[in-house]
Amino acid sequence: MMEQSTVLLAEDDPDDVLLTRLAFEKARLANPLQVVRDGVELVAYLQGDGRFSDRNKYPLPILLLLDLKMPRMTGFQVLEWLRNHPEHQGLSVAIMTSSDQDPDISRAYDLGADSYLIKPPDAEALLALVQRLHAYWVIVDHPLETCPA
Amino acid sequence: MARTPAILLVEDNPDDALLVSKAAQATLAGIPVSIVTNGAEAIRYLQGDGPYAERALHPFPDIILLDLNLPLMNGFEVLHWIRSQAGLKRLPVIVLSGSLLPEDTQRAYEAGANSYLVKPVDLSGMLQTIKNMGDFWLRGTRLPDATD
Repeated sequence: MMEQSTVLLAEDDPDDVLLTRLAFEKARLANPLQVVRDGVELVAYLQGDGRFSDRNKYPLPILLLLDLKMPRMTGFQVLEWLRNHPEHQGLSVAIMTSSDQDPDISRAYDLGADSYLIKPPDAEALLALVQRLHAYWVIVDHPLETCPA
Repeated sequence: MARTPAILLVEDNPDDALLVSKAAQATLAGIPVSIVTNGAEAIRYLQGDGPYAERALHPFPDIILLDLNLPLMNGFEVLHWIRSQAGLKRLPVIVLSGSLLPEDTQRAYEAGANSYLVKPVDLSGMLQTIKNMGDFWLRGTRLPDATD
């Protein structure tokens, strides 16, 4: 079930994007990983603007991996935007950041993040994290059915 | 985290509670699962009322596994109460329900659930669910400081 569920990564650092892609491949996950590079592009993706209107190519994700420090629109701003757009309530949001500052953690949960992950220091730890993410959010979590946009 | 994490299970069906306990014993070594059997008792537990004041015996949970269909106060009401409490509003609440109804999933997320799991019907399914849940929430996730 849910084998083809899309995971969307919002991350501006190309190195982190590459490492995450490699981890998904290495974990042999069937889930397509989509990537957007900042919050503005993320909103366009979720709304199906422009090229993102092709939902075969850019399916609505069940899980969003959200960096906090991004240009144009930060992760916190994305969380606020999501709060005002209840049609995306079924999207699970995991913050993935290098900040382990308590105020950032509290603020993210207060704004509605479902969980908060610290970016692992190396590829091996990242692979383990991706495997745990998949095992939880894709295999056992039961997503809210999203209406096709 | 210096201390051992703890789980509070809110479940009125003794068979389901036993299944979760067994699965936790088998897959989450040493992590205590406290069990209360209705919504009102869950609130007393979180508030540290009466016997629950003894936190060595009844540890304050890092995550809550919450059934929806509960006597006295159902899971939705418990969720609303938790999210209205300053010291509890960020406590991760994972719904563990027998219901596959989209409206229940939606209501749970609206009420502030962090995640929604459908109760597996057998021990092998429960083992996988509890293991994956523990690996993610207790080994991978930075949990919020619920106390400020």
